[in-house]
Amino acid sequence: MGMTLTEKILAKHSGRSSVEPGESVWVNVDVLMTHDVCGPPSIGIFRKEFGEDARVWDKDKLVIIPDHYIFTNDKYANRNVDILRAFAADQDLPNYYDVGTDDYKGVCHIAMPEEGFTRPGEVLFGTDSHTCTAGAFGQFATGIGNTDAAFIMGTGKLWVKVPETMKFVFEGDEMPEYIMAKDIILQIIGDIGVDGATYRTMEFAGSGIKAMDMESRMTLTNMVIEAGGKNGVVDPDQKTFDYVNQRTDKPFEAVHSDDDANYHSIYEYKLEDMVPMIAKPHSPDNKATAEELEGTELDRAYIGSCTGGKLSDFVAAAKILQGKKPKIDTYIVPATTEIADQLKTETVNGQPIEDIFVEAGCQIGNASCAACLGGPSDTFGRLNNTERCISTTNRNYPGRMGSKQAAVYLASPYTVAASALTGTITDPRAFI
Amino acid sequence: MSKDTIKGKAFVLGKNIDTDQIIPAEHLVYSLDDPEERKFYGRYSLSGVPDDESGLPQGNIPLVKEGEFESEYDIVVGGPNFGCGSSREHAPASMEIAGIKAIVAPTYARIFYRNSVDGGFVVPFESEKDLSKEIHTNDVIEIDKENRKLINHTQDKTYELKPLGSVEDIVAAGGIFEYARKTGMVD
Repeated sequence: MGMTLTEKILAKHSGRSSVEPGESVWVNVDVLMTHDVCGPPSIGIFRKEFGEDARVWDKDKLVIIPDHYIFTNDKYANRNVDILRAFAADQDLPNYYDVGTDDYKGVCHIAMPEEGFTRPGEVLFGTDSHTCTAGAFGQFATGIGNTDAAFIMGTGKLWVKVPETMKFVFEGDEMPEYIMAKDIILQIIGDIGVDGATYRTMEFAGSGIKAMDMESRMTLTNMVIEAGGKNGVVDPDQKTFDYVNQRTDKPFEAVHSDDDANYHSIYEYKLEDMVPMIAKPHSPDNKATAEELEGTELDRAYIGSCTGGKLSDFVAAAKILQGKKPKIDTYIVPATTEIADQLKTETVNGQPIEDIFVEAGCQIGNASCAACLGGPSDTFGRLNNTERCISTTNRNYPGRMGSKQAAVYLASPYTVAASALTGTITDPRAFI
Repeated sequence: MSKDTIKGKAFVLGKNIDTDQIIPAEHLVYSLDDPEERKFYGRYSLSGVPDDESGLPQGNIPLVKEGEFESEYDIVVGGPNFGCGSSREHAPASMEIAGIKAIVAPTYARIFYRNSVDGGFVVPFESEKDLSKEIHTNDVIEIDKENRKLINHTQDKTYELKPLGSVEDIVAAGGIFEYARKTGMVD
């Protein structure tokens, strides 16, 4: 019997020739990532358990990226960044991306690939549930809590239960021009439910996935947690290697699923059948097509986050917004400073993307997680009242973007931009 | 009370209780290490649950009363997929700080379950069936760990709980560090 990509990585990192779903193994960790919300308590546990003078197991393997509560006057939030800064200095950490310096990046899950930490065949743990994004590169990547992070800081190891793998096969040579990866993952989550992949791997395969660029693959793996998935993976190929090799010189060994690997289940889709999808309030699996919800009144549009704040997401939105004015407040938050810079240099029909947004009257924020998860009350774009918001982000549980009286509709950047123009939910095919 | 049983007042919630409902993100700024700041996690535990879904079946019952830091309730009973969403360990920590001793739900989201166990916070018991529609907030219930039973004293009913399985040793030790010390992995 062959093994899946995930099983192979876990076997190799636990020093075994094979593993079976359901068994618990201790794995050696290649990269541990943390940020300003979970870093300070992880550091607190690390010091309590290993001693005030303890050193981290491997300073090159610990990556600290403050991104959550950055542009706020909240004194506790700012204190937490001070704790990270002091720890990075004390431990002499080379991979700390400090706020207020040229090193500052923004959203960790997009900064990680930009900085070359998402290497095929490796094991990445992060103190954030969307750490699974890195599975787009054929890495085993999953979210953990503070205690587990502290344990890794001291030992470089963690136990994991080997997950079963669900396979999602997409056939087709290219996506219909009005479809984005966000539509596909919302379709899948709507089909299997918010606990449809609990404790399992979601593997994306088929000609349709091979045809996708890396950013689209990242949108898919980013949201596996919204179906309860432990990790998501895409088989690494030349596109993966080209992206990673541009970002790091560190060698890696990619692994691939065997043809005779055992799968929990296999779902098959055709790209040509996909339609623009929405997750209605208050759950990511509350699916409807954009067409079904046409005319639903909105107060705000939001384009940002690790899910929908990448360069390709803004290119898509700019194509629709160019030369037009949204009818509702429209917020733009690039995930990282690199993407913020690209908005100035990359163009759509010869016009810089940032100019398109400025001309349209959009409000543009600084690279960070911003209102995706609400945050302190002065957070850019936060929903503070009963707003109805259409958003490219990943969660629409009650209160996720701020007030629990607000309502969030999740959609692709195309659909969000089209809906911004009309002030109501709009199928983007009207503008493409 | 013997250490093999947990007895107290039930607080009942519905399905898919996510970590933003358990501890809203705006409160994640407080230190978990500082004894005074830490208390705020208790104050705001489960404050993100929509009012009419908090303390079922009646609703509009907060886990922790306005202005207080600890709950009058002891055991949280939830529907399927309890703890879905983010990886914030502040979620099970907030419930422990509020004084909750155990959770009972038919299924859990993976990271919340793991954090509850590895951090040695509230014990996440899995019930054979969804009890969130049978048990009422304020019922007096008891978890008999050894016999894996949940007894509802108010309604005079008994239910089955699932074995803890592969995490039993970590729960018994009180968390991943205690387990690792017992087994010699960590000094």
